[in-house]
Amino acid sequence: MAIARVAEPSGSLQDAKEWGLDREDLLQMYRNMLVTRGVEERGHILYRQGKIPGSFYTGRGNEASAVGVATAMGPDDVGTPLHRDMGVHITRGVEPWRIFAQYMGRADGPTRGKDGNVHMADHRLGLIAMVSHLPAMLPVAVGCALAFRIREEKRVAVGWFGEGAAARGDAHEGMNFAGVRRLPVVFICDNNQWAYSTPTHLGYAVEHLADRAAAYGFEGVVVDGTDVLAVYRETKRAIEKAREGGGPTLIESQTLRMEGHAVHDDAFYVPKELFERWAERDPIERLRTWLRDNVDMSDDEEDEITSYVKKLLNDALHRAEESPLPEVSTLTEGVYATPEDLDTPHHK
Amino acid sequence: MAEKTYLQAISDGLRQEMRRDQRVFCLGEDVGVYGGAFKVTLGFQEEFGPWRVLDTPLSETAIVAGATGAAIMGMRPVAEMQFADFVSCAWDHLVTVAAKQRWRVGTPVPIVLRLPSGGGFSGGPFHSQNPESSFAHIPGLKCVCPATPEDAKGLLISAIEDPNPVLYFEHKHLYRRIKGEVPDERYTTPIGKARIHQEGEDVSVITWGAMVYTAAEAAKQLDDLSVEIVDLRSIMPWDKEAVLASARKTSKVLVLHEDTRSGGFGGEIAATIGEEAFEDLDAPVKRIAAPDTPVPFSPVLEKAFIPQVDDVVAGLRELAEY
Repeated sequence: MAIARVAEPSGSLQDAKEWGLDREDLLQMYRNMLVTRGVEERGHILYRQGKIPGSFYTGRGNEASAVGVATAMGPDDVGTPLHRDMGVHITRGVEPWRIFAQYMGRADGPTRGKDGNVHMADHRLGLIAMVSHLPAMLPVAVGCALAFRIREEKRVAVGWFGEGAAARGDAHEGMNFAGVRRLPVVFICDNNQWAYSTPTHLGYAVEHLADRAAAYGFEGVVVDGTDVLAVYRETKRAIEKAREGGGPTLIESQTLRMEGHAVHDDAFYVPKELFERWAERDPIERLRTWLRDNVDMSDDEEDEITSYVKKLLNDALHRAEESPLPEVSTLTEGVYATPEDLDTPHHK
Repeated sequence: MAEKTYLQAISDGLRQEMRRDQRVFCLGEDVGVYGGAFKVTLGFQEEFGPWRVLDTPLSETAIVAGATGAAIMGMRPVAEMQFADFVSCAWDHLVTVAAKQRWRVGTPVPIVLRLPSGGGFSGGPFHSQNPESSFAHIPGLKCVCPATPEDAKGLLISAIEDPNPVLYFEHKHLYRRIKGEVPDERYTTPIGKARIHQEGEDVSVITWGAMVYTAAEAAKQLDDLSVEIVDLRSIMPWDKEAVLASARKTSKVLVLHEDTRSGGFGGEIAATIGEEAFEDLDAPVKRIAAPDTPVPFSPVLEKAFIPQVDDVVAGLRELAEY
């Protein structure tokens, strides 16, 4: 028995306008989704060229979810995006060349070679770097919301987790605490159906993970994660509700992880027909069609966006490849913070 | 200046910081209405309100992770574990998130975790542990273990001021038993600086927490021996210079701690003395610590577990006669 509300699909331009999106916003979302996929596709090439050490993770299929959520966040809101949420970093303004530098372990990556992959964040953009232990960042997002509540600021924290990590205690403790205190936090569950090789029926026994929200005393919503405008609308609604003191919302964004857990994984355990079915709902193609049908995106505009993205990524790759490797002496630097480190926007 | 218990000193330090700095707030299980299991925050909620003295659900993970998030957003949380033992439930958020965030991405996490620790009153295996060495091993965390009321206040204020995650081990057996003069004004006790509890010439005892008093009692029983007691106060960072200076001065060193022996922090101290002051030693560095077992419940077993005055007397004798 489903408990969570199942969100309507996105509608017309009029609907988008009602939720605060103008034509340029819509094109920007499209651009951000293309940059997101482009960064990961190029990253994969770098990996195959042997330029990325370790492993490499992508979020193909999750671009709409990540960009939709991030677009709904306000400039002073904060979030803890995960490894399928590159679109959040892109939307918040992380420069692609810094991401490529991060991938390659260079000195100009946000972690300066100390960590890899999407284990990064620019806290000046309101993002907090993830750890591998999922969903450890979920109760951290709750702590951000707690700070906002104590200071009576109208800011909201967004915490991400996947359907796999939903099985862990951190998810329960974070959501329970947030529910008890009605904190301004929105939980985004990227349900991409596969936790590495584990399918959903071996991970949880409810119909929708969003059904669990009822157990914590707040609303759960299921949304099609390939429908960027629906994701945006539901997140916007949840964020504004939280901002006004209405407490948390759990949004389950349903997608399919279109590649393996990481690039070494060929995902042989995912039925081919499932991939085929979800390929028809490719989030970028869906938005492209919608833009053509609803806001008359012209061939010229589309070409312009495509070449903008291509140039952005070419330049970014070039710049990242020029970034030096980190000095070995930096290894032991920064284990402990100094008072000067507190000279950041959040601590003023 | 007034005479205060160790517990009052902690409470006073925390209250003073909360009055001075709006960013400081405390959270934990039963810290609000009840005033904390040991009453450190008694009366705080009346003064500071329910959002700055925040009763949480029974959720150590949410407490430490919540403190971490709030700290990243500019607050200065002081989180209480009801007993230090329960910090195991929040290991991930201390070790995986808070400890590594500065090094990885430059984000400081200024949190204080208050950890009522130590045994001596039949708390059994889950209410008596001294887990400081486990956390001293984690790069990015600081660990302090005050022994006196004056240091209890000064180190708490330093911990709150510090831009890092600081584990503040407050020894439960000292709470009401130990009294001392505590300055009324705000002051800090530097993290990483040892204190000479008593000067001596013949043997050094390097220790911290409640064992400082066990060592002092043992020294008192040895009229013919001049014992120097170094109260480390901080385990990470620790005052290597003070330890080496004392080792060079007396040439005989006993490392004493209430935590279990293997992998306890005493091993690190002994190894460092061996590496850096070997030529100055007249005897092998000796360790006295709890045996490698969980903390027992029955008083007779617990007495056998926690190093006693007699054990230290025997150890000092042995070193003196070496």
